[in-house]
Amino acid sequence: MAGTKLKIKKVKVGLGTCGIAAGASQVYQELESLGKKEGFEVGKVGCLGLCYREPLINIEGSFGRVVLGDISPSELKGAWEDIKNGYFPEEKIIFDGQNYRDNFITRQKRIVLRNVGLIDPEDIEEYLACNGYKGLERVLTWEPEKVLTEVEKSGLRGRGGAGFPTGLKWKLTRAAPGDTKYIICNADEGDPGAFMDRSILEGDPHSVVEGMIIAGYAVGASEGYIYVRAEYPLAVKRIEKALKQAEKKGFLGENILGSKFSFKIKIKEGAGAFVCGEETALIASIEGKRGMPRLRPPFPANRGLWGKPTSINNVETFANIPWIILHGAEEFASIGTEDSKGTKVFALAGRVKKTGLVEVPMGTSLKEIIFDIGGGIKEDKKFKAVQIGGPSGGCLPDKLLETPVEYRALTETGAIMGSGGMIVLDETSCMVDLARYFLTFIQSESCGKCVPCRVGTKRMLEMLNRLTEGELSSEEIPKLEALAHVVRTASLCGLGQTAPNPVLTTLKYFFSEYDMHAKEKRCPAGVCTGLTTFVINEKVCTGCGICVKHCVVKAISGEKKKPHRIDVEKCVKCGLCLINCPFDAIYKV
Amino acid sequence: MKKVKLKINEKVIEAVEGKLLLEVAKENGVRIPHLCYEPRLKPYGSCRLCLVEIKGERKLQPACATPVKNGMEVITDSITLYEIRRTIIDLLLSTHPEDCLTCEACGRCTLQDLAYEYGLRKTSYQGEKPHTPLEDHNPLIFREREKCVLCGRCVRICSEVQGVDAYTFAGRGFQTIIATAFDEPLSLKNCEFCGQCVSTCPTGALVSRLEMGKARSWESKGVMTTCPYCGCGCQIVLKVKDNQVVGVESDYETHNRGNLCAKGRFGWEFVNHPDRLKTPLIKKKGKFVKASWDEALALVAEKLKFTKEKFGSESIAFIASAKCTNEENYLLQKLARVVFGTNNIDHCARL
Repeated sequence: MAGTKLKIKKVKVGLGTCGIAAGASQVYQELESLGKKEGFEVGKVGCLGLCYREPLINIEGSFGRVVLGDISPSELKGAWEDIKNGYFPEEKIIFDGQNYRDNFITRQKRIVLRNVGLIDPEDIEEYLACNGYKGLERVLTWEPEKVLTEVEKSGLRGRGGAGFPTGLKWKLTRAAPGDTKYIICNADEGDPGAFMDRSILEGDPHSVVEGMIIAGYAVGASEGYIYVRAEYPLAVKRIEKALKQAEKKGFLGENILGSKFSFKIKIKEGAGAFVCGEETALIASIEGKRGMPRLRPPFPANRGLWGKPTSINNVETFANIPWIILHGAEEFASIGTEDSKGTKVFALAGRVKKTGLVEVPMGTSLKEIIFDIGGGIKEDKKFKAVQIGGPSGGCLPDKLLETPVEYRALTETGAIMGSGGMIVLDETSCMVDLARYFLTFIQSESCGKCVPCRVGTKRMLEMLNRLTEGELSSEEIPKLEALAHVVRTASLCGLGQTAPNPVLTTLKYFFSEYDMHAKEKRCPAGVCTGLTTFVINEKVCTGCGICVKHCVVKAISGEKKKPHRIDVEKCVKCGLCLINCPFDAIYKV
Repeated sequence: MKKVKLKINEKVIEAVEGKLLLEVAKENGVRIPHLCYEPRLKPYGSCRLCLVEIKGERKLQPACATPVKNGMEVITDSITLYEIRRTIIDLLLSTHPEDCLTCEACGRCTLQDLAYEYGLRKTSYQGEKPHTPLEDHNPLIFREREKCVLCGRCVRICSEVQGVDAYTFAGRGFQTIIATAFDEPLSLKNCEFCGQCVSTCPTGALVSRLEMGKARSWESKGVMTTCPYCGCGCQIVLKVKDNQVVGVESDYETHNRGNLCAKGRFGWEFVNHPDRLKTPLIKKKGKFVKASWDEALALVAEKLKFTKEKFGSESIAFIASAKCTNEENYLLQKLARVVFGTNNIDHCARL
């Protein structure tokens, strides 16, 4: 390509929430004005998943497609002359027309994310060009039972976390007595650090819509709901658009594609309660009630929304469906392990070099994801743990890095698959503090219905708070553990039953850290401020006085040009002196 | 009704299919502790005290919400269950004010009984207690949210039995409280002051203001009687101390299932009121004078007879009362029509 003048037809900008946060809107504006001059179109795509290389652009033309990353709006204008002539800046190329240059992408297997980041999510034609709604067309020529068998044969399990077989769930809903049935798409993704569902909805909403329509046909439902959190405004906007376009094309509404099957989808925006991701609380919320889980059985397959049989599945589960129909159950089942078929999308975040969306075949080891795909730990620090499964999940140490990502193997370690959050931690993280963080989250998100979750998690949190302040004795740690077990076995819903996982797994794999906090009153990672002291290294300190200026409590004193001292009694451990010292003379003990 | 056989703690028991396990156990002398279960309400399963082990079930199940099935094998007591129950009670105590000594509910408080049974003299947890101040100066229902165990029985009885929905849960997590809309006093809400919430509260969080300070729960004795307010004939139990009525309650084992209205539950102060009429009064020389029932009835009969003879049957009208039973009202119209020969009979409920 180099040297030949390229015919650029369209340039698409990665405009997911993440891209926008990285400045993609400015890139978009810049390209729009360039496009007017040069005569090419400018479009949008969702997030390709390479968070660390945002903003991203797709350049399309007679030469094919090239993806570039790390685009800054200011550089763009100057670089365009070269690009036009086929000289792409080497270091920015992600996809060169034939191959992906980054093994972050090449090591993945993209089924759910097949279109995400490549097609314009606001244009149904682009989805149709990628075999969109072909699955639905095929399904409508089948008996609903055949769809159920196909999905069951594929071995697909719920991607929301618990891993219930999707085919079986649909079968139970179909078999439940009643004429009115519902399909619900659970898009109330609330785990801190998780953004798989958002990216799918922002990048390829039609795949989810198509999956829902197929589910409706299979179980005999004529209405569906997408329960999406209101904190995802872009996703809501894109689903709204997708629904309108699908309706216009006859994929939604009365007599879909001339068949006797009718189906419509409504959007319900959640009001920001984590517990509404639990299916019975979610249903209560759609019904206009307080989002509180109720006892199961009866399961939603028998008594769900408005008391009618309801199949409730996760975003990622639905996005798998059209692919399974088009490629066949056997092909899907050939991916993954005996226990878990297909792929799983993870949101890789934390202290890893390459952060972003990762879709890998089930059975891939944690090590492969973190080190081969994620490129290892930032600043080449030492790996300490990976927190998998969100606040309900667990922390796994390096000796468990070979664990394959599949439902059974992860559950055996004490963590769970969860919805796919994966947070990497290095030696600078304190595991007690981490457990405390997740428990703080859970405690404020508990619905307050059952005693173990409402009061139990509060008392656990208070114990951890005291531990991080050096006020918990080591004799009390077994009490914390015993309480965690009661909360796990006695809570009413999944939120409470999994809430102690971060504490139990850190106790299991990082007990020495708990012990140090309790016995030696020391935080080995230097995170727990209650147990750390800020000290000035007198040999390095030049007495410049910068720290004195930054100290808000006037805890630092000393003569000019002579080593300074920190008054431990006054210090509030805000860390401002440490950050601002130009000579790195201040350190934590 | 289909009968099923199940095993509770190794003992074979016969029960009606679909009946709740907790109730079946109770009928067979097996006590399972519980707080949020109430026979008048739908299963809820929030206190987790009645969790039991059922063979073949992966998780522990709440007996209050599990219908019995044929062949079920249930364990209601084990070390695990004991630990769970003791921990839950301990946790509840950790949120509770320790003022049993002067609490209105002392002696009839489920939490107090459970703490006693499980040997918890005080909580083993330290930590924050809920601070939920409330301004509600209504004259009948005293609410003290600090004593609330959030079993939701008040919320549910108000909704499921009364259809009023004056209460709701509000807030999340440890901050969850029972509130009215916008947390305003009950008197500003749709509350009917039936006091059903008071009747179902297992602790001292909801108390009848009229009974406060009148008697410790063990000091009064119960006298079963019929509510005098209407023809429904709800069975009430008067709480009597030193020959004075100090309160009213009602049993579940009555035809009204322990349910009462505002009048039945709170309208008992007239019983010992000094102004209350206890004998008929006859006006003699412009002044009311106490008389016997025989005297009074004879006088009424004489006057009615006189009126009928002098002015004719149509000069008399009878008004029956909703406070009387159907039978009494029937007899009154019979008296009007047959004895006095008039159809002038009406009823206060029609006015």
